[in-house]
Amino acid sequence: MKRFASLLLCFCASAAFAGAATGPKLDIGKGGQCVEDTQWMRKNHPQLLNHQRDETVRQGVRESKHSLKGCIECHASTQDNSVTARKDSFCVGCHSYEAVKLDCFECHSDKRQSAWLQRNAK
Amino acid sequence: MSDIDLPRRSFFKTSIGAAAIAIAPGILLFDMAHGKSQPVSGKVRWGMLIDTAQCQDGCNDCVTACNKENGLSGSTGPTDSQWIRKVEIKSISTGRKVSLPMMCQHCEHPPCVDVCPTNASFKRADGIVLVDRHRCIGCRYCMMACPYKARSFVHEPLSDQNPDVPRGKGTVESCTLCVHRIDKGQQPACVESCSNKAILFGDLNDPNSEIAQKIRAVATVEVRANLRLNTGVRYQGL
Repeated sequence: MKRFASLLLCFCASAAFAGAATGPKLDIGKGGQCVEDTQWMRKNHPQLLNHQRDETVRQGVRESKHSLKGCIECHASTQDNSVTARKDSFCVGCHSYEAVKLDCFECHSDKRQSAWLQRNAK
Repeated sequence: MSDIDLPRRSFFKTSIGAAAIAIAPGILLFDMAHGKSQPVSGKVRWGMLIDTAQCQDGCNDCVTACNKENGLSGSTGPTDSQWIRKVEIKSISTGRKVSLPMMCQHCEHPPCVDVCPTNASFKRADGIVLVDRHRCIGCRYCMMACPYKARSFVHEPLSDQNPDVPRGKGTVESCTLCVHRIDKGQQPACVESCSNKAILFGDLNDPNSEIAQKIRAVATVEVRANLRLNTGVRYQGL
C-alpha cells in the first residue's frame, strides 16, 4: 500500500511538472472551438496552410476554414489584433520557443481583417 | 490490331464507368460540404474594354483607387510599384491626343508565364495572369519579357498590407485584376472608381455580357496586336 501511494505521488508530481512545462503561454485571441483538434493543429497546421495557399492562389478556392486569414481572425490578440506583435502573440510565441522561422508575415498581414478594414475605412 | 482482346477491353470500359458512378456521389458530397470552394471556371474569361473617348485627360482616379485597394505607395520612382498608370499619347502627324490607363493586359498567351523559371507566373483558368509569390524568386525575367512594362519588383520591406492583398519584398507583382474582389463577385477597384465609366469589365466568353456585346458592335484594338498575345484588355478609339 505504501509502495502504491508513493507510485501515485510520483505520477501526480510528474503530471504536474509536465503541465508546467508544456511550452510557452500564448495569447490565443478569441480562441474557442478551432477547425481541427488542438494537438493535431499544432503538428499539422503548416501542411494545411501550404495546401490551402496553393489552391487559393492558383485556383481561386477561397474557403475560410483552413485559410491564414481565418486563423488570424480567431487567434489574433484581442488587445492589438495581431498574431506577431508581442512575444506571447499566437504565432510568434510558439515559433520563437521552437526556433522555427516564420516568414508568412513578410508578405501577409498579421492583423485581423475586421480591424484592418475599420482602420482603413474611407 | 487484330490481336487486341475486345471483350477484355470492353470489360475495362464498363468497370471504369461503374467505378465513376460509384465514386461520383462521394465527390458531390465532398464539394457540398466545402460550400463555395469551387476552383474558378475555365469557361469564364475576364477582360476589360477601355473607351479612350471617355477617359479624361489629367484624371487619375483609377490609379488612386488601385493604389488604395492594393496598398501601393503611389510614388512613381524607379523602385516604386506601379500596377496601373495613365498614359498620354499624341499622334505626330495629326496632333490628336489620347489619354488611357495602361496595366497588365492579361494576355491569353502571356510572355511572362513563358519565361518564368519557377512557374510563379501563371494564368488562372479564368484568364487572370498572376504571380504566385510563394514561388517567385525575384529573378525579374517576366518584367523583361512583358511588352507592356506592366510588372514591378518590390525593393523594400513592406508592412501593414491589405489582408486580401499580400505583397512582399523580393517578389514581382502586377495588376491582379483585383482578383480578391472578382472572387467576391465585385468589380476591380479601377472600374468602380471611374466616374466616366471609361472601363468596362466583364466576361469575354459570355456572348450575353455587356463587354462581349460591345466588342462585337464597335471597333476595338489590342495594344501590340502584332505580338498575337490575345490580350484580355482591349481599347476603343485608339
